Amino acid sequence: MVESPSVTMPLAPANPLTASPLTALAAVARDVASARLVALGDAARLVFRGREAAVGPAGEAFGVALPREACRFNAAGGRFAFWLGPDEWLLLVPDAEAAPLFGAIEAATTGLPHALVDVSARSVGIEVAGEKAAFVLNQGNPLDLSLAAFPVGMCTRTVFHKAEIVLVRHAPDVFHIDVWRSFAPYVWELLEDARRELA
Amino acid sequence: MLIITCPWCGARPEVEFRYGGEAHIARPADPSALTDQEWADFLYNRTNPKGLHAERWRHIHGCGRYFNALRDTVSDFFVTTYKAGEPRPDVEGSGS
Repeated sequence: MVESPSVTMPLAPANPLTASPLTALAAVARDVASARLVALGDAARLVFRGREAAVGPAGEAFGVALPREACRFNAAGGRFAFWLGPDEWLLLVPDAEAAPLFGAIEAATTGLPHALVDVSARSVGIEVAGEKAAFVLNQGNPLDLSLAAFPVGMCTRTVFHKAEIVLVRHAPDVFHIDVWRSFAPYVWELLEDARRELA
Repeated sequence: MLIITCPWCGARPEVEFRYGGEAHIARPADPSALTDQEWADFLYNRTNPKGLHAERWRHIHGCGRYFNALRDTVSDFFVTTYKAGEPRPDVEGSGS
């Protein structure tokens, strides 16, 4: 499919490196009450990977303990720690600067084997909310999104069609997607396609 | 679609995984001491069994971890999966 630049590119981005790739798409999104699409704002995102000794101090410095249970997240005070792998976490704080968080965690884990990377600009967030949210996501994702199999508080890396995403369930009808920014228009337009049949 | 049980994440759809070849092949400690035939065996020659096969898989669109699986190459049935570094489970038969 030939992509139309006039539709997918913001008309006058303030800074093309940090502007949301979804601005123009969100502006023309159809209002569907049963499956709303929202382009989420900027957030500080850090990826923390570390050995056992560094996990506790990193969580204390971040303010949210890093979850040790597979595919779960912890949240406190507007901060989120998502389990992505047995030694890998995504730390996300909406509307925050990454540098102070980065500094605090780095200071608390000095000398302990770990890797901390600021990936704030790497991905963008999309909210899919409404009673048909799971139905829409299942058009491109094969996971069982019933509450029994994918409860509130679960997060996981998975796929949406051909794009890798991080899928999070914040409430029974509220999902968040975190997707690499160059894949975001692809995911957004396939979400739009999936909810075409919904009123 | 196959359902593969990741040792960390549980039952997941096949599209989240990548195949990683035969499991339990250790790199020789001193490659320069090997004959050409032994080195070729390590690099290229695999058991290719009809039946249970221990193989590596990676949950690349999930937790990202490599793990091992026992799969029946006739029925494509995953008999069991286990974490990398653990010995091959002593499992009989194929299940199908």
